[in-house]
Amino acid sequence: MTSRTEAVAWAVGALLLVALAVPWFMWGSDAVAAGLPVWVWWHVGWLCLTSVFFWAFTRRAWGLGIEEVSTRG
Amino acid sequence: MAETAIQVGILVGYMLVALAVGVVAYRLTDRTPEDYYLASRSLGTVVLLFTTFATLLSAFTFFAGPNISYRLGPEWILVMGLMDGVIFGVLWYVVGYKQWLVGKANGYLTLGEMLGDRFGSRRLRVLVAAVSIFWLFPYVMLQQQGAGTAVEALTGGAVPYWAGAGGITLFMIVYVTLSGMRGVAWTDTLQGLFMLGMVWAAFVWVGTAVGGFGAATETLRGLDGNPLALGGGAYTPAYIVSTAVSIAFGVTMFPQVNQRFFVAKSKAVIKRTLPLWPVLVVLLFVPAFMLGSWAAGLGIETNVNGNVLPPLLLEYTPTWFAALVIAGAMAAMMSSSDSMLLSGSSYLTRDVYRPLVADPDERREAWLGRLGVVVFATLTFVASLFQVGTLLEIGDTAFGGFAQLALPVIVALYWSRTTRWGIYAGIGASQLFYLASVFVDVVPGSYLGGWSASVVGMLLGLVLTVGVSAVTTPSTAEDPSVYERTGAD
Repeated sequence: MTSRTEAVAWAVGALLLVALAVPWFMWGSDAVAAGLPVWVWWHVGWLCLTSVFFWAFTRRAWGLGIEEVSTRG
Repeated sequence: MAETAIQVGILVGYMLVALAVGVVAYRLTDRTPEDYYLASRSLGTVVLLFTTFATLLSAFTFFAGPNISYRLGPEWILVMGLMDGVIFGVLWYVVGYKQWLVGKANGYLTLGEMLGDRFGSRRLRVLVAAVSIFWLFPYVMLQQQGAGTAVEALTGGAVPYWAGAGGITLFMIVYVTLSGMRGVAWTDTLQGLFMLGMVWAAFVWVGTAVGGFGAATETLRGLDGNPLALGGGAYTPAYIVSTAVSIAFGVTMFPQVNQRFFVAKSKAVIKRTLPLWPVLVVLLFVPAFMLGSWAAGLGIETNVNGNVLPPLLLEYTPTWFAALVIAGAMAAMMSSSDSMLLSGSSYLTRDVYRPLVADPDERREAWLGRLGVVVFATLTFVASLFQVGTLLEIGDTAFGGFAQLALPVIVALYWSRTTRWGIYAGIGASQLFYLASVFVDVVPGSYLGGWSASVVGMLLGLVLTVGVSAVTTPSTAEDPSVYERTGAD
């Protein structure tokens, strides 16, 4: 992947993380599981996924959009 | 009475530990401003993680957060999780890592310095510092006010408000002047771990006492509007998104958080810290805010200060435990305020005072920074005695005020064609618009079905920074290349 497509892919991933941290599709749901509303569990799982995403980013693409600026200038 | 003794004992214990840490930190300090304000950019993963955590979340998480989920429902977990865990996490890379690189390469200590250098403008530097102090000052004042009220309540009025607020201010002055960033970050780490442990202990204790987490959560079903159902009431999509966006961007420009972008020891430290962040915040938010919502279901009434966590704990946990958590919350308040004092002082001395006088030598400037702490803390304390309505309102809307700075700064960091006029227009107009929305009746605070003025102002700042930059030409003093230098290791 070129740096540009790679940057777009990571940005889309980050936007998805932002967009679905709140489970909009569960709007109005009041189901409870294991002591907490199910939508709280979704959020907990989603933030764990966010951590994994950040970790993958630090491993594979750290510096993207930031460090290459310096080599050009 | 025993309860008061325990609370006061814990509070005094915390202060002694903080002072001891301060003394150790002082002995390790070089007498330079970079060391005093930024611990010579030497923080490791654990300390960076927890100092950011404690600075960002402490007092708010203990008091305001549970109060909001008590009144409005547990969706506050989602608002704060989205804000802090996800959006702030992304911004920590986009703004924070970039700032760390250019800060290290060019020796910047403050946001104003970073912008002033790039745009060759001392005036811009002073403007950014002045805008920041404008919002920070009443916010610190609110913390002192909270501390004074809490001490008064804690001692049943034996220690009056002014003495409580004054005593805590004095303690912070001594400790922050002594320890600088290094000591503040170390106590934050202890504070953050303590806070997390206490919140979980309280969560488990209350949950067990009422017959299990499920039973506690089910009590909400019977309330008006069924707070268990996602959304509804105050929680509209526009409210959730604009609150999360505005606070997340605002937080990045809060001096005490923004300055923490500069302090990591190495790139590896930031890379290790970032993935731990979302899990750490969700670990705190779920128990802290569920407790607030449970209190509503369990029919707990707020105390005289309007807080719900203390009466909830006093109802379901032993007195000593409730005392421990409440004292912990006050210590938390101090761990936020000390960082704000330190940053406020650095903006005041470095960006406002220093440009007005001939460059003082480094040793003298480090002392000037300490004097700045004394001045800043004393002024906010005096202001807290008068409870001026306007100042209270500025403090309450500070997050939105800081959020207005974020997009012009991001544009400047990444777009080399940004001009001085562009950033002036972006910062100036968005600040004026947001201030008008807070103070002028004819300017609404909410747009198009619930989008806050803060978010609208942010967009205005973005459009003006880009638009005005596009139609103006940079002056010769501007140097975009300073942001392309990196000190990456």
